[in-house]
Amino acid sequence: MNILSVRDLTIDLIGKPGQPGLVENVSFDVPAGRSVALIGESGCGKTLTSMAILRLLPPEMRISRGEIIFDGLDLVTASPRELRAVRGGPVGMVFQEPMSSLDPTMTVGDQIGEARRLHLGESRAQARAKARELLDRVGIANAARRLDSYPFELSGGMQQRVMIAAAIACDPKLVIADEPTTALDVTIQAEILELLRSLQQEMGLAVLLVTHDLGVVADFCDEVVVMYAGHVVERAAAQPVFANSMHPYTRALLDSIPQAGRARMPLKAIAGRVPPAGEFPTGCRFQPRCAHAVPGLCDEPQAELEPEPGHRCRCVRVGTRELSLQEAP
Amino acid sequence: MATTTIAAAVPLRRPRRATLLRVLLRRPSFVVAASFLLLLVVVAVFAPVIAPYDPNKQVLADRLQGPSAQHWLGTDDLGRDVLSRLIHAADLALLAPLISVGVAILIGVPTGLWAGLRRGWVDAVFSRIADALLSLPGLAFALAIVAVLGPGLVNAMVAMGIVFAPNLFRVVRGAALAVAEESYIESARAIGCSTARIVWVHVLPNIAAPFLVQTTILMGVALLAEASLSFLGLGVQPPDSSWGSMLEVAYQNQYRAPFAVLPAGTALVLTVLAFNTIGDCIRDAVARRRSA
Repeated sequence: MNILSVRDLTIDLIGKPGQPGLVENVSFDVPAGRSVALIGESGCGKTLTSMAILRLLPPEMRISRGEIIFDGLDLVTASPRELRAVRGGPVGMVFQEPMSSLDPTMTVGDQIGEARRLHLGESRAQARAKARELLDRVGIANAARRLDSYPFELSGGMQQRVMIAAAIACDPKLVIADEPTTALDVTIQAEILELLRSLQQEMGLAVLLVTHDLGVVADFCDEVVVMYAGHVVERAAAQPVFANSMHPYTRALLDSIPQAGRARMPLKAIAGRVPPAGEFPTGCRFQPRCAHAVPGLCDEPQAELEPEPGHRCRCVRVGTRELSLQEAP
Repeated sequence: MATTTIAAAVPLRRPRRATLLRVLLRRPSFVVAASFLLLLVVVAVFAPVIAPYDPNKQVLADRLQGPSAQHWLGTDDLGRDVLSRLIHAADLALLAPLISVGVAILIGVPTGLWAGLRRGWVDAVFSRIADALLSLPGLAFALAIVAVLGPGLVNAMVAMGIVFAPNLFRVVRGAALAVAEESYIESARAIGCSTARIVWVHVLPNIAAPFLVQTTILMGVALLAEASLSFLGLGVQPPDSSWGSMLEVAYQNQYRAPFAVLPAGTALVLTVLAFNTIGDCIRDAVARRRSA
């Protein structure tokens, strides 16, 4: 049972009709109670995709095609009222920068309680009692006193815990976490991920984790969606993606993780950079940086193929089993 | 200690205004300025009780006297007691800025919020109108309005309010523009806040500081504008007095009674100074809080 299904999602800049979409034909599913990672380099469209789910795109962008089915409701065609009911209710969202994502003029307790007052019509006192419970739940010591703190009085890690508490305030079915650990230092990152994992298991949450940190993905996620330049290039369960990555981009991404024990070895990097929107090559968007690109084949439009059951890949050479990265040097 | 335990038990939120006020009360200049204005309010409310004489009672035999035991601040050209007139004009000194700044808030804040948050053509249209209004000399515009609607305090102050509106518009628009980019606005939207709630609960408190600074400073400017218009005979009409019209009377008799310009002039200077000091204190307090 998928709690969220994204189908052929295409996001355009308004007023640039000729330009290929910033995000094009993105499809993936988030099964209920599971965690799915959306990974890729900066600028590949992963954050746009996650914002589009709750229709929080900046005003200069729009969803030009596709559907986003959450729990039977297509959020692309939903009315503003329906959208408001989904946001913060059955779908919670955690942002990248906890400091700037909390309103500096509101106490922590009010901010956590706000969603409950909006969605469940609770009084301030009821919401406050629940906020206290939630602060306890996300591991903030002395919750009763922290209710009256302002965000600037908390550390980064505590702020992110508060954000998570606000996101789960209405017992959501899905939490979208957009790089929740990027702004935090490494030890705190691990604690926040541990918290997300325990919440996921205890509350039966589905989590869509947007990240560029493959280590996080390997630890945390059941399924992986790899994006490059606005396309989904590979998606499958986490295990096969790591053990048997099909797309040359995924392979290159994995190879570029620095590893302990390989000191003094040159770090493998992917040459070049993600092309800016508007300069995407035709066909496979990775082909200018790909070691395996073949002219005349890779510059044709690529379809998503399924070389192995449940393991999809947008590469014509791998998809037709002409190329296997397992044998590649 | 007892108070803190009670505060923890009662589910009431600690209001933000109170913490800002607490910071302000630590500043001597704020305390002095605020006490002065408070005193002015008391004087204005209890004017009939406090004033030693009827402000309009003329004793032509006692014209243009200097300070004395009977008339502490002397008398004017019709032999009226200056202190009593000063006290009775205190309500106008407070009312006039309130009217004009109130009008400016009613016009400037909604348009500023709308332009700053919506941007696009709304912003372009309102900003051009504001620029055009700002290019008008304020007093000359007020004079024109008074010429059309007739002299009178309310007309003059509404005119000043229209002149002030672009100032507030600009401050509110700029602050709203900055706040709209903050991710807490996005996260408010992500928990399902309606636009109205976002503006009311998340935007307004965050633009309160520059807004408060601007309004208090405008109060001082408005008081001076009222005095100028009354000085020219276009604001308050006789026999009512305002500090501006008292100055005018004193000015005409300056060679015979040089002291007479001092009472109203001093009252004006101190009140404007109080408004500006409060504005400065709020600005400093907010700046310090932000850097802390």
